Amino acid sequence: MWQIITNNWGAFLTGFWNTILCSTIALVFSLILGVFFALLEVAPPKFGRVIAKIYIAIFRNIPLLVIVMIFYLIVPRYIVKLSGFQAGTIGLTLYTSAFIAETVRAGINSIGEGQMEGARSNGMTYVQAMRYIILPQAMKIVIPPLGNQFVNLVKNSSVLAFVAGFDLMYQAQLIAFSTFQTIDTYIIVGLFYLILTLPLSYYMRHLEKKLAK
Amino acid sequence: MTAIIEFKHVDKYYGKLHALKDINLKIDEGQVVSIIGPSGSGKSTLIRTMNGLEPINSGQLIVTGHDLADKKTDINKIRKNVGMVFQHFNLYNNHTVLENVMLAPKIVLKRPDDENRKIAMQYLERVGMADKINSYPRQLSGGQQQRVAIARSLAMDPKVILFDEPTSALDPEMIEDVLEVMRYVAEQGITMVVVTHEMGFARKVSNRLIFFDQGHILEDRDPGEFFDHPNTERARQFLSKIISKD
Ligand SMILES: Nc1ncnc2c1ncn2[C@@H]1O[C@H](COP(=O)(O)OP(=O)(O)OP(=O)(O)O)[C@@H](O)[C@H]1O
Ligand SMILES: [Mg+2]
Repeated sequence: MWQIITNNWGAFLTGFWNTILCSTIALVFSLILGVFFALLEVAPPKFGRVIAKIYIAIFRNIPLLVIVMIFYLIVPRYIVKLSGFQAGTIGLTLYTSAFIAETVRAGINSIGEGQMEGARSNGMTYVQAMRYIILPQAMKIVIPPLGNQFVNLVKNSSVLAFVAGFDLMYQAQLIAFSTFQTIDTYIIVGLFYLILTLPLSYYMRHLEKKLAK
Repeated sequence: MTAIIEFKHVDKYYGKLHALKDINLKIDEGQVVSIIGPSGSGKSTLIRTMNGLEPINSGQLIVTGHDLADKKTDINKIRKNVGMVFQHFNLYNNHTVLENVMLAPKIVLKRPDDENRKIAMQYLERVGMADKINSYPRQLSGGQQQRVAIARSLAMDPKVILFDEPTSALDPEMIEDVLEVMRYVAEQGITMVVVTHEMGFARKVSNRLIFFDQGHILEDRDPGEFFDHPNTERARQFLSKIISKD
């Protein structure tokens, strides 16, 4: 097993790096998009609600691979050229953002109507009530399911392997193919994923405890 | 006397349900108005239109000089002058008692911190909650939460405070503490509109009584006269039920 690692160290490292890069970009932007569409879905204007519902319905109900393929095969043909890595990262971002939007929306909706009414009757604007009263309470509730979404995101970044995104899973396929050591290779790759997902889960749990105080 | 709240032919529907029927009502500055009536008659709906929590469908509703039915009216401006106290308190669960009272004056009125704290402490002392300023709402009893909620309203220095059954969710031994604070509010000359089942308060503290039934104002009179001689059969029935319950 050691030999596989030492002989393919460069490939593993490239894969690891690309997985980290893709996950980080997708995490940041899916969080931004997810929160944005959640806010749009709970806000009073009907138009925004409809837009948010459509967005979420589309990206939540299509397999991730199909979304990525759209960005890999169709978008480059008509709109803009995208590498496998770019197509995969965009697809993963949109896909995950729909789940995050649903998670955040559920968190906001779990805060009783009375909190908003209390704040509005006290003279606060809708935005102030959201910022000072609703969202801080919703955040506590949303952290644990959000942690799950993040871990899923890191694992789902392996979709890059299908579009030559040079991530861990892609390198694993190449290495397994050239060395014929399929099982060992995938065990090593699994360990690499753990290096990312375990600290992430741990950090989210830490955040949960900190906010609970 | 100038009217601080005025309904002119106001109608309100929930879908097909006609909740408020052609309401005409003038409330003057400094009045303490009690609203009583059977469950589901529309008392909450009526009081919640007064600060725009429920929109009206037709007519005019003028509060502190602004027409709530007018789309150009800035509702937040009106709410600076019109506080509300709820049956279930609705304190901010993520803030301490002191923060609950200080938050809106800080971000809505932009009141400077030291002055804000002084005013907040003064009202919290008045409602008997000065020793709990660092507690969170979940750590307080219902009666304590309601007294903080009244202090929170008072800290905005409002012209009007609306009360929707402020003692209905409280254990009997807590009710008196809250009523005592409400008597104090009345003494400050703040206009009060109070939906209540507390007939003692309605009779002794308020100076006007509205009996509400099926979306209508059936009686609008001096409380003492109303309780001694209700004009309508509906009011007589309602009173006899309440009195036999006590
Ligand atoms: N948000 C709503 N949507 C639909 N119908 C409503 C809504 N709020 C109240 N209603 C209906 O409007 C009518 C008046 O309700 P309202 O809550 O104003 O009565 P109430 O006099 O305050 O009763 P209670 O003494 O039980 O609090 C009732 O028939 C009620 O079912
Ligand atoms: Mg009611």
